Amino acid sequence: MRETMVDVRGTNVRMLEAGTGPSLLFLHGIDGPSADPLLGELSKNFRVLAPEIPGFALSPIPDWMMNVGDAAYFTMDLIAALGLPQVHLAGHSIGGWIAAEVAIRSTHALASLSLLAPAGVMPREAPGHDVFLLSGDESVRVLFHDQALADQELAARAGDPLDIILQNRAGLARLAWTPRMASVTLPQWLHRIDIPTFIAWGREDRILPFSTHETFVREIAGAHFLELSGCGHAIPVERGAEVARAMGAFMNGAR
Amino acid sequence: MQVYFFHLMPYGDLDIAEADKYNSAWVTIPNTNFDTQKGMKLYNRYIGELELADQLGFDGVCVNEHHQTAYGLMPAPNLIAAALARSTKQAKVCILGRALPLVNNPVMIAEEFAMLDHMSGGRIITGFVRGIGSEYFSNSVNPTFSHERFYEAHELIIKAWTDPGPFSYQGKHYQFDYVNLWPRPVQAPHPPVWIPSQGSKETIVWAAAPERKYTYLQTFSPYPLALKAFNAYREEAQKMGSEAQPSQMGWAVPTYVAETDEIARRELKDHIEVFFNKFLRFPSIEMRLPPGYSSISSTKTLMELKFKNRTSSTIDTLIDNGMILVGSPQTVRQRIEHCQKEMGFGHLMAMLQIATMPADMTERNIRLFASEVMPHLQGAVKPQLRAIA
Repeated sequence: MRETMVDVRGTNVRMLEAGTGPSLLFLHGIDGPSADPLLGELSKNFRVLAPEIPGFALSPIPDWMMNVGDAAYFTMDLIAALGLPQVHLAGHSIGGWIAAEVAIRSTHALASLSLLAPAGVMPREAPGHDVFLLSGDESVRVLFHDQALADQELAARAGDPLDIILQNRAGLARLAWTPRMASVTLPQWLHRIDIPTFIAWGREDRILPFSTHETFVREIAGAHFLELSGCGHAIPVERGAEVARAMGAFMNGAR
Repeated sequence: MQVYFFHLMPYGDLDIAEADKYNSAWVTIPNTNFDTQKGMKLYNRYIGELELADQLGFDGVCVNEHHQTAYGLMPAPNLIAAALARSTKQAKVCILGRALPLVNNPVMIAEEFAMLDHMSGGRIITGFVRGIGSEYFSNSVNPTFSHERFYEAHELIIKAWTDPGPFSYQGKHYQFDYVNLWPRPVQAPHPPVWIPSQGSKETIVWAAAPERKYTYLQTFSPYPLALKAFNAYREEAQKMGSEAQPSQMGWAVPTYVAETDEIARRELKDHIEVFFNKFLRFPSIEMRLPPGYSSISSTKTLMELKFKNRTSSTIDTLIDNGMILVGSPQTVRQRIEHCQKEMGFGHLMAMLQIATMPADMTERNIRLFASEVMPHLQGAVKPQLRAIA
């Protein structure tokens, strides 16, 4: 993927870009920008734009960004700065929450919305883990249902610089410390989302329990829901190709 | 040198075998392990130990704040300080400290301290801290705002103590339309502010700045690290154009004395090992260093220093790396005198009750320390009195 820097009213974010076709803006999950094979597969049919959420990886967080609402307005400014008239907006986990917060504010610039195990809604049942207490290998293992894939991921991440890992955690904490990974008011406003919406959730998600999908599906009129059995929280890695194809078909229908 | 008794008020009755079923003495250890009948006895016993220190001529008695832990039972240290304000007569009552970023209303901290200043007849010393990492789990406060909230709350409290009210304060984290303390503090311009820390460079630089010159208190550190921190404080003060006085530096250290070195080591062994290995046990680095609590570079340094290859402590390793003072009165006295010469501190905060140490043993320690060690230290270094800027 091609790497670019985008200046959004004085805040610089790093962005990866690949493919041609209709524009798709993807907001990454709790571990930062990598989201393959999902993005690779999507870039076969879309112009995929994957910015770093400010505070993650190499994109510093601006002092004024205090919560997910700020991140949502920032994303709207980013879409404007990129000059995208109609964009398919997608996000995983924390990125899914930000995408949903964009859509409850305005769907004016959006062609569709795709939420992969989005954060933002308080789970009915207590999650199995506090993401901020997970340590070392365990913090990767709990993201996966298939532990063979977790092994691969751990091997792939073996050389990751500690700076980036710490930066990602700080970026996540800034937006999602209290209440953990959720908003008290988001469920109240999900009804405002009036564009085609695709939702996918892993049945074996140990970070954001599967049952949390019910609120999104209930409140967003006509939402298309994909249940992923045998899948954990790391949807873009664990079932990336399959979800990309389902998302692609959905977005093509939504145009 | 001025000598203080620093009490952590641990849950000394912790059933260690039971506690071993959990990987932490903080935040996640179920409070079903706390026996309220034992708790009532402990609070009264511990307050009595601090009162005894006052009667025996200690220069001060010290309490501090921690949340949801067997390590210390003072989530609200000012409650203990309030009891001590009435029952002690001479000693300074030191609250070292209150964790500023954890509260949404720092004005209330200013108010509580001002009340204590009255009740104690102007005998309080206040401490400002950020709270350790685990407090951000137990208090739900976003650790990425820890530094910002600390600096802002500090500014607000000092203003509340010194600026005529009513005034308004509009910050990023704290906004008040009316700040108008009743009572204002007794001590002028305000009660002393001390800064307890484990040696963070940012904190040292901030405390040493000429507009503050806050007394820097080094807690729980191997000797070389403590020495480095005091040197850094002196260097920073010098860079900013002032010479750090002994009264601007304090050292907090677990201390145990008995008739001979051998007896002291034998008696202390279990309690000090339980303290470092069980009461200071965290389930992960992540609880100790939540994201954004320190800068990335400080976090990496701390991970390297404190957590890499961390093995359990024994009394021998603790003595070897200078984490504790233990021995006959003569040994301990000589060691303190040596450390004072090297480090230059003017305040010694002796932690004379440790973890599971029972009442009789603690009392013997306090009395022996007070009669055989303390008199040789008090007055040995005359802390220069200075006005608080």
